[in-house]
Amino acid sequence: MATLNINGRDHSVDVPSDTPLLWVIREHLQMTGTKFGCGAGLCGACTVHLNGEAVRSCQTAVSQAAGKKIVTIEGLDPKGEHPLQRAWIAEQVPQCGYCQSGQIMQAASLLAKNTDPTRAEIVEHMDGNLCRCMTYARIQRAILRAAADMRGV
Amino acid sequence: MTKHQKIDALPNLDRRSFIIGTAATGLVLGYSVLPEAGGTQAATAAGMDPTVWYSIGNDGKVVVTVGKAEMGQHISSTMAQLVAEELEASWKDMAIVLASNDPKYNDPVLGAQVTGGSWSTGMNFDTMCRAGAAGRLTLIKTAAEMLGVPEGELYARDSHVIHAKSKKSLSYAQIVSSGKANKTWSPDELKAIKLKSPEQYTKIGTSLHQLDIPPKTNGTAKYGIDSFVPGMVYGKLALPPVRFGAKVKSVDDSEAKKVPGFIQAVTVDDKTATTSGWVVAVATTYEGAKKAAAALKIDWDKGPYANVSNQSIIDESRRLQKEGTEGFLFVKDGDSAAAMANAAKVIDVEYLTTLNIHAPIEPMNALAYEKDGIWHIHTGNQFNTRTTGIAAATAGTDPKNVAIHQQFLGGGFGRRLESDMVIPAIAASKAVGKPVKVIFAREDDMQMDFTRPLTYQKVKVGLDADGKAIAMEHDVIGAWPTAKWGIPAFLTPAVDKKRNGDSFDGLHDSFTVNGADYWYSIPNHTVRNYMNKLAQGATPSGQLRSVAPAWTFWAVESTMDEIARATGQDPVDMRLKMLDGAGANAGGSTGQNQGGAKRLANALRTAVGRSGYGSLKLGKNEGMGVACVSSQERTNPTWTACVAHVKVDPSTGEVTLKKVTLAMDVGTIVNPDGVRAQIEGSILWGTSLAMLENATMKDGGIQQRNFDSYTPMRMSQMPEMDISIIGNGEPAVGCGEPAVTVIAPAVANAIFSAVGARVRSLPITAEQVRKAMKT
Repeated sequence: MATLNINGRDHSVDVPSDTPLLWVIREHLQMTGTKFGCGAGLCGACTVHLNGEAVRSCQTAVSQAAGKKIVTIEGLDPKGEHPLQRAWIAEQVPQCGYCQSGQIMQAASLLAKNTDPTRAEIVEHMDGNLCRCMTYARIQRAILRAAADMRGV
Repeated sequence: MTKHQKIDALPNLDRRSFIIGTAATGLVLGYSVLPEAGGTQAATAAGMDPTVWYSIGNDGKVVVTVGKAEMGQHISSTMAQLVAEELEASWKDMAIVLASNDPKYNDPVLGAQVTGGSWSTGMNFDTMCRAGAAGRLTLIKTAAEMLGVPEGELYARDSHVIHAKSKKSLSYAQIVSSGKANKTWSPDELKAIKLKSPEQYTKIGTSLHQLDIPPKTNGTAKYGIDSFVPGMVYGKLALPPVRFGAKVKSVDDSEAKKVPGFIQAVTVDDKTATTSGWVVAVATTYEGAKKAAAALKIDWDKGPYANVSNQSIIDESRRLQKEGTEGFLFVKDGDSAAAMANAAKVIDVEYLTTLNIHAPIEPMNALAYEKDGIWHIHTGNQFNTRTTGIAAATAGTDPKNVAIHQQFLGGGFGRRLESDMVIPAIAASKAVGKPVKVIFAREDDMQMDFTRPLTYQKVKVGLDADGKAIAMEHDVIGAWPTAKWGIPAFLTPAVDKKRNGDSFDGLHDSFTVNGADYWYSIPNHTVRNYMNKLAQGATPSGQLRSVAPAWTFWAVESTMDEIARATGQDPVDMRLKMLDGAGANAGGSTGQNQGGAKRLANALRTAVGRSGYGSLKLGKNEGMGVACVSSQERTNPTWTACVAHVKVDPSTGEVTLKKVTLAMDVGTIVNPDGVRAQIEGSILWGTSLAMLENATMKDGGIQQRNFDSYTPMRMSQMPEMDISIIGNGEPAVGCGEPAVTVIAPAVANAIFSAVGARVRSLPITAEQVRKAMKT
């Protein structure tokens, strides 16, 4: 039995300790905003925050996550109005949308530390997140927009 | 399919009737059983339904039922935009639900529920506009009665009916909740409605925000993989080493039994022959199912394709082409053989494309269960009609007893035109008597993809003494994805009516050769389409975004560049001369191809002009290449032209695509930002296929199993894009696929321009460029 703190709430889950956090979040707790894409840390669709750092939940065992603060797309902002989420709508980023939870969570970890990233810093930070619809140009624009929003300009 | 024949007008079933029959009967049955969700009735308890396509609730909410798969092309929003235009509804009142597999939601032109071909907007434009107008007219008529004024004094705007004289108005909510607005329109009445002319549009042509986007930013959008029902268990595939043809000889589950929660290993007996040799490990959790699948010891007969490789497929295609007897005539203009014999010069080249994997980020999945005699399937798919037939056959029930709960698609790109994902879920659920959700691991998804076929093309061009192309012969050889479906309505007779072989009714799959019937005026032109049966068996293939035009134009547009270079002509000037709009190339007097070749010439001028072609000073080892295409089909061309600007490192052969300048004529632009988004995505798809993605078969199996070895474009690999969208009020055509098809030839032509290396095989790799520079 492990206790996971997800989006500020404790959840007790009875799973083997090597179970990937992804499957616990998605299938056991049915918080399906976090997506399964590759199971190998290659696509970023499953990105969540662990104590504020973006991690691949498919590569994170439950035992590594217990006792830490886990944030998923559902908990990024209480109203779903994080500057990135607003920017994602303003720039009309998502197409199929499947990877976008992971993209937003990955981007949020950048903006939490740096609200004035260069384009090159954005590319470096985001390059591990695949988007098969290839919305990359809009993801870049939305991150720049959200950063400006966070800087109050 | 150069004509859009209704699929329910099928000829009688032949010996392949199993699949055809199950697919077809779903269309004509009374369809007595519906899933609880998906119909407009479910969305609004009361209200009005002027047609099946939407209803208006007592609260004034307009819920459009979308019979098209929503896979990121925002087609659901486009349908709502068309309805709202004529309905005069406020955009904030519009909402969408996804249709079930009830045939009443069939495409009005195709007579089936299938999403592909860049057809949706064009084929549904009129129907959705008429549906919207019918609602508006009903609301106005009812309001006239309610207000006691003549109908002619009323108009509709922003979800209100307004009486200008008295300044009175009624909201749609008020009118609908009166219960008096309940006219249902007959097809003839709908047909008689006079629709708006383009200058009256207030919504078509504007970048309304897409209705499906907000839930895709906060985790609430539901995909097939997000489906749950009480008592559900999980299935994980255990797959044979070969893509197709394997048979399970024995399954030893003694180790799997030690996995907590393991329930059963189910061998899939697939009567539809969609899959072969699949076993499903079923367990109470997905992680348990995964462990159990890995613990199964399965002995397979690997079947007839266990030695097939990319090279053996190419060898067979070359053999077929040399032999020259099995081709179906797709184009026969003039006498190319005679003209070729008299040519001053002949260019004779071959073009190749490799296997490619769809790899949507949501892997294939399905949840299936039987309840009260109905099989419920939760998944996201592009072809509800056929999926219904496949599901019914797998479950052993009638198609009317299959209810598909359609979800958002986490990427389609043609992959979800296939129905394989429902088969293991149904088979496993039948075996264990519980709802089963099967989730393909990424490795399963890539290994069992319905790949873009490996294609081989032979192109021969005869030139006269002035360097003018007087003859072209073009053979296209590969697997035939659409023929595999066994639906004759999707197949095409040869132009000489010659029936060839006994498979597929002696018809051919023109979805593998569209584009070869280009809009250039070359007087003697022959195109033959060949099926490579070895590839057909070993690499069950699928429609991948843009399908044939992505390989036919690869060959045609590269060859055009070869002609220009061989004859000292400018590649742009030469194309413009050949796009003269003569004869059949003038296009139709109605329909999507009116304007013909001259519209393509204009798109080319636009792209060329914006790119700085011929004027911009290029750096060392840089070059620009052009290509222009009329994808998808001759009847629904989207005129698209591109200039690629590359830089080549001559020591390594490494190519950097610096910029893509693209112009696309889509006729009528429904949502400019939506069109732009589709073009951005398809330019990058085209780039990714041209330069980054390569799947290989070895010993009958696909070697690439995850994103470490199969490598779609990442953000750092994105070129700069300059996009021009042209709309002159002609009928709307598709915009989500054509740009894919123009990139590869433009890039290859740019490489030639930069360093004189001609690459004729996709993907373009540094090694190939280096080799081509030496020769």
